[in-house]
Amino acid sequence: MTSVLFQRARVIDPRNGVDGIRDVLVTDGRVAQVSEAQLTAPKDARVVDATGKWVVPGFIDLHVHLREPGEEGKETVLTGCRAAVAGGFTGVVAMPNTKVVNDSALVTELVLSRARDAALCHVYPAGAITKGLKGEELSEAGELIGAGCVALTDDGRPVMNAALMRRVLQYATLFDVPVMVHEEDLTLSAGGAMHEGATSTRLGLRGIPASAEVAMVARDLILLEETKGRLHVAHVSCEGSVRLIREAKKRGLRVTCEVAPHHFTLDDRAVGDYDTHAKMAPPLRGDGDVKALREALVDGTVDAIATDHAPHGVSDKQVEFEKGINGIVGLETALGLTLALVHEGVLTPRRAVELLSEGPARVFGLPGGHLAPGSPADITVVSPGEEWTVDAHRFYSRSRNTPFHGRTLKGRVTQTWVGGRCVFEDGQLKESR
Amino acid sequence: MRHLLGIAGWRRDELEALLDRAQEHLPGGPEASHVLRGKVVANLFFEDSTRTRSSFEVAARRLGADVLNWSHAGSSVSKGETLLDTARNIEAMGPAVIVIRHRSSGAPHLVARHVKCAVVNAGDGAHEHPSQALLDAFTLRQRWGRLDGRTVLIVGDVLHSRVARSNLVCLKALGARVVLCAPPTLLPPGLEEMGGEVTHHLDAVLPQADAVMCLRLQTERMSEAFLPSQREYSRLFGLTPARVERMKADAPVLHPGPINRGVELSPVVADGPRSVILEQVANGVAVRRAILEVCAS
Repeated sequence: MTSVLFQRARVIDPRNGVDGIRDVLVTDGRVAQVSEAQLTAPKDARVVDATGKWVVPGFIDLHVHLREPGEEGKETVLTGCRAAVAGGFTGVVAMPNTKVVNDSALVTELVLSRARDAALCHVYPAGAITKGLKGEELSEAGELIGAGCVALTDDGRPVMNAALMRRVLQYATLFDVPVMVHEEDLTLSAGGAMHEGATSTRLGLRGIPASAEVAMVARDLILLEETKGRLHVAHVSCEGSVRLIREAKKRGLRVTCEVAPHHFTLDDRAVGDYDTHAKMAPPLRGDGDVKALREALVDGTVDAIATDHAPHGVSDKQVEFEKGINGIVGLETALGLTLALVHEGVLTPRRAVELLSEGPARVFGLPGGHLAPGSPADITVVSPGEEWTVDAHRFYSRSRNTPFHGRTLKGRVTQTWVGGRCVFEDGQLKESR
Repeated sequence: MRHLLGIAGWRRDELEALLDRAQEHLPGGPEASHVLRGKVVANLFFEDSTRTRSSFEVAARRLGADVLNWSHAGSSVSKGETLLDTARNIEAMGPAVIVIRHRSSGAPHLVARHVKCAVVNAGDGAHEHPSQALLDAFTLRQRWGRLDGRTVLIVGDVLHSRVARSNLVCLKALGARVVLCAPPTLLPPGLEEMGGEVTHHLDAVLPQADAVMCLRLQTERMSEAFLPSQREYSRLFGLTPARVERMKADAPVLHPGPINRGVELSPVVADGPRSVILEQVANGVAVRRAILEVCAS
């Protein structure tokens, strides 16, 4: 029997209504006790003095590109898991747009097997909606879910065919899994390299109007209402989408959504003079959109903060802006950027923790996300006031494509625990392999 | 050494000093100084161009430089070489200045970040074409002395035009008022933030203009549904003799070339007394000499 005792931590556990100084006892990989009174450490227990720290449910990222199989030069399941636990994540959902698409049990099993070998955090594969992400034929959802997929998505690409989208929403109700959508009307975004606005005009880049996203959100909410399905909108970037989702939730539709840290932190001006590290899909939007996303994080319209961690190599980014590949890495900067909203007074600590743990667990029906006795001891220990400067060269991720290099953030992960085992501590991985 | 990546970032006094210097390079001015003797000016043209490339070449030779002409046709680009690799290879040949034309906005910025020599933007995507804007300003300055308080009307496909953007920034910096006139589908958002005034109604603004600059209309715009037809475009936005009648008596007509005769500009106007199109071309050499001098020094 192995035990860990976290002493005098500020425990924030939104699902169980806890926010206060507690002792947390972990035994055999599960939370055993959360107590206001000081607990006595069992014999042989590791004692963690967590004074001044937050002890919170391990973070879960609903949107991560691990790039394996196929693009192991950018990331692997192992390096992605390292980046995850370094960022305080105890679980990640792996997108299926690998270079052998995860549209079969074979690929799902490969990802899960690599994750077992990595033995760092939980990896939950998402399966492709359509075979080869081509948007034409449905992939075998039953097989994918049977093999361990937790959601269906063609992420990276929208489902342009409305009839097909309608059928997916219908069909997925058979398994009660969320259908996760990348909302982008390709006829509206065609040729676009960044958000359409004053900055795209100044730079002479073709713009992607907000309507490219909002029109698709509107379409899918209409289809959702008809099908009684479950829809999860990935990386919401604009005010119009937020407004539609808020209204749909009010009417009781089963819609959830996520926002990426870069979208609530930066606006399109961050493109500066053609910085491809500020290029992603959906693009960084206008300042009004950033404001709307922040409001939606506060009022509950947004269910989860998800990074859309998208590793790419230098040669993918050191090119003409129009040619630059979309996406940035996010796992190792997510907490700091989220806590920036806490330090600015936008989010309460409780809401921030909820968006990183309880919310994502609930949306995809994943274990964890809270610290009730009996739940898995997936725990993140946070030093909320600690300042540090982002140095992309020190990322555990295999890729360095971030617009936040050099930025000072306040709030850092000091320990990450998965199933009662410490996998990351004070900047170092604790690999068991 | 200084880059010219766009007019943006250059102060009024710097622009005026450059135009003053160009004045000295006009035919009949002081004897040419061969300040670039023994130096290499590399023309890197990733997009077809006759006028601009030739103009830079003549300007460089007049300054005594050797000119390295590199064009994309049949080059290593077709073998998949990246822009940066091409630029670094050219740089290894030791040019003092790289003059670059590229279809992607921002390509000169990328090159400038990775080479040690001066980079001059000879037109990048829909971003800027600073030497064109400078020669346009020069041409107007020759007539007016100063641009302060003058109204320049730019008509046409502003959305896709680097000439429009550079002229907007340049003319504003020199004190002019800039009105941009285009169909709603060919006007990008946020021009007001750059100091421009926008309108869709040519006939209403023509009488206010001290100069009218027409932009080239690419034929692709019809297939992309920005416009129904060339015919309708010229009816609504083409500069015809009838429209010239509505202009101020001494207002010149400019065009960056190449002209689509009968589309944005009727042949009678292009070849008529208002047209300063060939003056623009002649001035281009003097202005580019000044640019190369300033950037290489």
